[in-house]
Amino acid sequence: MTVSMVRALNDGLRRALETDPSVLLIGEDIGRLGGVFRVTDGLRKDFGADRVMDSPLGEAGIVGTAVGLALRGYRPVCEIQFDGFTFPAVNQIVTQLAKMRHRSGGALALPVVVRMPYGGGIGSIEHHSESPETYFAHTAGLKVVTCATPHDAYWMIQAAIRSEDPTVFLEPKRRYWVKGEVDERDDLPLEKARVVRDGTDLTLIGYGPSVATCLTVADQCAERGRSVEVVDLRSLSPLDSDTLVGSVRRTGRAVIVHEASLSHGVGAEVAARVQDGAFYLLEAPVARVTGYDTPYPPSRLEQTWLPGVQRVLAAVDRTFSH
Amino acid sequence: MTIPSLAGEPARILNSDGTLAESPEHGVTPGEVDLTALYRNLVLARRLDTEAIALQRQGELGLWPSLRGQEAAQVGAAHALAEQDMVFPTYREHGVALCRGIAPEALFGVFRGTTLGGWDSRAARFHLYTLVIGAQTLHAVGYAMGVVRDGAVGNGDPSRDTAVLAFLGDGALSEGETNEAFVWAAAQELPVVFFCQNNQWAISAPYTTQSRVPAAQRAAGFGFPGVRVDGNDVLACFAATRDALNRARTGGGPTLIEAVTYRVNAHTTADDAGRYRDDEETRRWAALDPIERLHAHLRSTEALDHVEREADAFAERLRVACRALPEPDPDGSFLHTYAEPDAELARQLDDYRGGAA
Repeated sequence: MTVSMVRALNDGLRRALETDPSVLLIGEDIGRLGGVFRVTDGLRKDFGADRVMDSPLGEAGIVGTAVGLALRGYRPVCEIQFDGFTFPAVNQIVTQLAKMRHRSGGALALPVVVRMPYGGGIGSIEHHSESPETYFAHTAGLKVVTCATPHDAYWMIQAAIRSEDPTVFLEPKRRYWVKGEVDERDDLPLEKARVVRDGTDLTLIGYGPSVATCLTVADQCAERGRSVEVVDLRSLSPLDSDTLVGSVRRTGRAVIVHEASLSHGVGAEVAARVQDGAFYLLEAPVARVTGYDTPYPPSRLEQTWLPGVQRVLAAVDRTFSH
Repeated sequence: MTIPSLAGEPARILNSDGTLAESPEHGVTPGEVDLTALYRNLVLARRLDTEAIALQRQGELGLWPSLRGQEAAQVGAAHALAEQDMVFPTYREHGVALCRGIAPEALFGVFRGTTLGGWDSRAARFHLYTLVIGAQTLHAVGYAMGVVRDGAVGNGDPSRDTAVLAFLGDGALSEGETNEAFVWAAAQELPVVFFCQNNQWAISAPYTTQSRVPAAQRAAGFGFPGVRVDGNDVLACFAATRDALNRARTGGGPTLIEAVTYRVNAHTTADDAGRYRDDEETRRWAALDPIERLHAHLRSTEALDHVEREADAFAERLRVACRALPEPDPDGSFLHTYAEPDAELARQLDDYRGGAA
């Protein structure tokens, strides 16, 4: 089945609603409208307004009420409309959602999913192109995952809903309309990274929107006789060290690519894990190609701000020439 | 500047001298509530508080937020709960916890540093203390959404129909999350009662820092009733909460209750109220003591004397139980952050165990 990521997410949510009556969707404009990106299109019609709930306009309210619903035995799936509108909900996510299991000594699980579109590249206005993953990945008690393909979107959203831990589910909005094959089989646990291209000389590590960039770079490297492996992290917290370090131990070189700003980002953690696990096998320092340490720029500048193919290729060249 | 609307008299049943008010707004029928049981819980709540302060002074507790002066608001509200109702407390609802059957030493664990939670919140239908101001109001609202989805409202069955009681203080009225909770509860007509103990002080900020109108008056702007009661009148607090919970249970939607009371002690044992308020105000409120009021109403009886003796034994048991609280599982944080620790957290646990050895 070849579908867009939006359709794959919609199908995944539909299947979760069908198979578990405790699953509820909450968010702004997700009902009649089907969400601003149409991820929940048609679900209200088929499952009713009390399972696909148009919320008042308040992100703290969406997540805070999801905490209460989970305490009553429900499995709420929240939609935050855009990455940059997450912040009013951060108090509930960080002080309550992430910490309830720990506070209760393991007695209270909060199986809540917080979905949000993230990342840039769509020519949008301020607050609509951000990559807030590090805030959540740095918060103990949360899982943070992101899909790069329709296949993973379909299966990972269902796995996130089944998870007993609260999960921030990041959807790369510029990949929403790109079609891909969805296999009938779920082939990988939620927490595992995926080697999406085998290679021998260098490992490119990406997640969400940057996986496609990494694959394009790997293609161009192949034309120049360099065999580049591509790892899609999928889960940012927990981080699948075994897969990513295992890859770098084979190739000896690592370049990580993400849209979020450089300093203190996911790339820093990946670099630390790689140097810890593959120090004597490294041929070059781990390189990071990322967004810059500025707020997201006006969209006319985003293509040069984002880690595009040319910047990644340049980092690959530097790594080989080290 | 004076605010005339803040000077209005809140509804009461018991006058401050223990006599009954004429034609009270929220009535109590004779026999509806066991006055001796109310008195007992008021006395035990205060004794729990007094002992906790002493234990803090002795170094047994790191901190204690005193409820002194607010016993009637808490015990009155708690006595209006049905067993199936759910409570979302702040961190000062020791009197409610007592009425809900929480072992008092479990409350001490939170302030002794042996636990962050400390009781079975589902069994007691009394959620864990929430320290982030106002955050629990949204949890109560979400829980109430679940109650509605479970069909546990408006069935005409008082043993099944369920309401949610969210506690908050006057400071929490200024939090955005509290206002979102009001919006959701109103828009969805949820079975939730917001019980605001207006104890006049949010640490050092007097009520006028938060608002220029009585708390109860705010409810109208959200579209549900606000009720203002004398928070030192246990009967008025009981009756107003009973009415609001019944309204919620039968599908009538939310209510905001403002219990006008006073935080007699400092915010916590770490606070110094002398830096921001004068003794005269505290003395004025102390004269309106909620326990003396009910005692004056009941007059001295053998049953009340028995309560005093029970409180002495209760206090002794608390002192022992506090010191006997188990130390936390050293591995607990690692084991309870996620359903299953991942490989990295398991590695950190090994490291931590090695470092602790």
